[in-house]
Amino acid sequence: MKRIVKFIILDILKNKIILFYTVLLSILSWSVFSLEDNNTKGLLSLLNVVLLTVPLFAIVFSTIYLYNSAEFIELLLSQPIRRSKIWSSLFLGLTLSLLLAYFIGAGIPILIYSPPDVGFMMLIVGFFVSTVFVSLAFLASIITRDKAKGIGISILLWLFFTILFDGLILFMMFQLVEYPIEKMMVVFTAFNPVDLSRILILLHLDVSVMLGYTGAVFKDFFGTKMGLFFAFIVLLLWAIVPFYISLIKFKNKDL
Amino acid sequence: MLGLARKLEVGVGKEFHSIKEALLVSSDYDTLYVLPNVYKEGNLVIKHSVFIQGIGTPVLDGEGKYEVVSIKANYVTIQGFKIQNSGYATLDDPCGIKVYDSHNVNIFNNILIDNFFGIYLQYCQKCIIRGNKIEANGTEEQQIGNGIHCWKSDSLQIIGNLVSGHRDGIYFEFVTNSIIWRNISKFNIRYGLHFMFSNNDSYISNVFKKNGAGVAVMFTHKVKMINNTFTENWGDAAYGLMLKEITDSYISGNHFYKNTVGIFMEGTSRIKVERNVLLSNGWGMRIQASCMENEVKCNNFVGNTFDISTNGSLVLNSFNGNYWDKYEGYDLDKNKIGDIPYHPLSLFSMIVEKNPPSMLLFRSFMVSLLDKSEKIIPSLTPEDFIDNAPLMHSLVL
Amino acid sequence: MIVISDLYKKFGKLEVLKNINLTFNKGECIALIGPNGCGKTTLIKSILGMVIPDNGEIQVQGKSICNNYEYRSNIGYMPQIGRYPDNMSIGAVCEMIKQIRNSRNKLDEVLINEFKLNEILGKHMRTLSGGTTQKVSAVIAFLFNADILILDEPTAGLDPLASELFKEKITSEKQKGKLILITSHLLSELDDLVTQVVFMQEGIVHFHKTILELKTDTGEDKISKAIATILKNKNNEKNS
Repeated sequence: MKRIVKFIILDILKNKIILFYTVLLSILSWSVFSLEDNNTKGLLSLLNVVLLTVPLFAIVFSTIYLYNSAEFIELLLSQPIRRSKIWSSLFLGLTLSLLLAYFIGAGIPILIYSPPDVGFMMLIVGFFVSTVFVSLAFLASIITRDKAKGIGISILLWLFFTILFDGLILFMMFQLVEYPIEKMMVVFTAFNPVDLSRILILLHLDVSVMLGYTGAVFKDFFGTKMGLFFAFIVLLLWAIVPFYISLIKFKNKDL
Repeated sequence: MLGLARKLEVGVGKEFHSIKEALLVSSDYDTLYVLPNVYKEGNLVIKHSVFIQGIGTPVLDGEGKYEVVSIKANYVTIQGFKIQNSGYATLDDPCGIKVYDSHNVNIFNNILIDNFFGIYLQYCQKCIIRGNKIEANGTEEQQIGNGIHCWKSDSLQIIGNLVSGHRDGIYFEFVTNSIIWRNISKFNIRYGLHFMFSNNDSYISNVFKKNGAGVAVMFTHKVKMINNTFTENWGDAAYGLMLKEITDSYISGNHFYKNTVGIFMEGTSRIKVERNVLLSNGWGMRIQASCMENEVKCNNFVGNTFDISTNGSLVLNSFNGNYWDKYEGYDLDKNKIGDIPYHPLSLFSMIVEKNPPSMLLFRSFMVSLLDKSEKIIPSLTPEDFIDNAPLMHSLVL
Repeated sequence: MIVISDLYKKFGKLEVLKNINLTFNKGECIALIGPNGCGKTTLIKSILGMVIPDNGEIQVQGKSICNNYEYRSNIGYMPQIGRYPDNMSIGAVCEMIKQIRNSRNKLDEVLINEFKLNEILGKHMRTLSGGTTQKVSAVIAFLFNADILILDEPTAGLDPLASELFKEKITSEKQKGKLILITSHLLSELDDLVTQVVFMQEGIVHFHKTILELKTDTGEDKISKAIATILKNKNNEKNS
């Protein structure tokens, strides 16, 4: 397994697109931190990068890579290797190389410029978001054999989690404004890894009190160790479950 | 009563061993010198116009039972003591120093530690409280009194004191024509300054930091608030400065830094807010619909999450010539004033006002998108809620 | 060595394999023939575990291949159209497969030299012609001295010289007692090689005979002609 992962990582790192991604991330992060006079503000600007660019790139790149590795997968399948091993190796390879790109591109400037606790949180959240969207890419690409359709599905997933979901929540809030919906909202955020990540970061910035101001539920929940633990567990599930479903499908797939 | 003022010394090996003895024989205009020692004399009542000077910070200890010093005469000065452990009871409010119905009392340079109330003035005139350090370690509102508590008084000067750990740092109720100058009030459980029914007062160059709920100024007219610093009052229902039912007042040169709400206004009218700095607050200003004819001009709004929010749609207050760091307009005629008006009210701040849980979506892409489009084509925010002359560069304040 | 029983597979509504029963033994060289779309490749892929059958069982060397993968270390597979990662060189592909299999068998690198691939090891896979790609596939199939060789249309893209070299290689492997399974359209190619013929049509095994049986049954001495005769007879039976 280690060998296959190594091959995949080397193959991806040779890819110019991942290089482009790393450079893009580092241009964005360095410029954000050097343009904003206040590092917290820089971090907030970077938050949108992390929550938009990173998922988009992770899911689209992974989907395309999976479709392009059809040959490679076929080649490996005729070899004495367990199917789950092949699929997991691909997952690990993709995830690790995207994490590496994120770390070099965004992680280093974050660690240099931002206050350690928030910066660390940002780093972890970025890692999670990358992994979750790689995982979703695996699901998208196993659903259909058609490459164009697969990429379409992954872009739709991205669109849903970054934009549509929030619109839906906003709409719901206004429909249910008469009811005490704070608790429900906490549960709801768990259904969107992007929202969950955003709230985790906000809670580590000064604006956390504003979340508390509007409804103690958020602060009382996500602000506690228990809440943090819960949030990470949910993110972890988001990283594992879609991949796991795709793994089961892959095991029974005809190639 | 005529005669020469005497000099009475209190201390080990001196004429008097206790302050009580000295006070008994003292008459008006005498001076008591109190040498270093720990004096546990219960309640000291001062009935003559004496000058009491502590030398080397002698300690007056109330042993948790007594009101330590009660001043019931005019022209008293008490200076240089460490006064500690007053009684704890809620009914008769025992204090470190309490002044009853007197005038021209001076309380200088004392250290007051762990008293229920620090310094308490009632029915007093022309008193000066200066250079005292008043500390307590209160945790609950009910179990601690205020640092400097003034009630039904006139012409007071509260200068250069440090108050911390009390319920309210400085408390003013029915106090008129007074000044609060260069005090520091921090880490108090409720308000740094609590100010009610106190007309024609000024507070200048004070620092209010990390108090439970910031500063509250209520039911008052003609207050001047100048060059104060309101900082780090974070929390649910915490304000840098809360104004309630205030009229004809002037707020200028203050710094509001890192408060949940910089200035909260409810039922205020004819207030002028100018040349203040509002930096890194959650809300720069929250102006409730009950406010009118207030003038907000020449302030710096920098790094606030929301510059302004309001719960109404009527615009009865004016905004002019402020600097807003979120302003994205241009200045073609180079007069340093933006050519297009600025809408300080963001759509999302209105959404949050109506629907607090939506704060959950704060800084999501969706919300930024909404805000941007609203800035370009205002449709939901009141159209005339604008600053017609937004500055291109921040004021030097 | 390979026992296939009641193998059934359908893709959607299309039944591709309808209850196939076959047994192949050591030392045999089997030609799997039949028209396009008759299920040859699906059968091979089933043996390789790339296609999961709906029903039936395949045993390789006495063990069911269901949820098993180790048996593939005894198989060398040459696909019909070899598809390899584009940006890897020939050398890198071989090296990778070697590392992945990590086989303890002695490596058989004869074909690399014979096909003169060692002169172009640095070439990237996407730049190769179909024939050269086939050569790479062949090299990989034979590399590990596997007991079973499955060759899907092996000679289709090869030039005559390479084709000849390749057939010689098959013959020598056969003599080592390996089981060789070949699919091909070009029946004449197989004459000297095969010991048995499996003829499939529309997902059904038409017949499975040794060359000797086939020739005596039909009276022909070329495989292609023999099969043609059988097909004719069949058609006649249907028509009559």
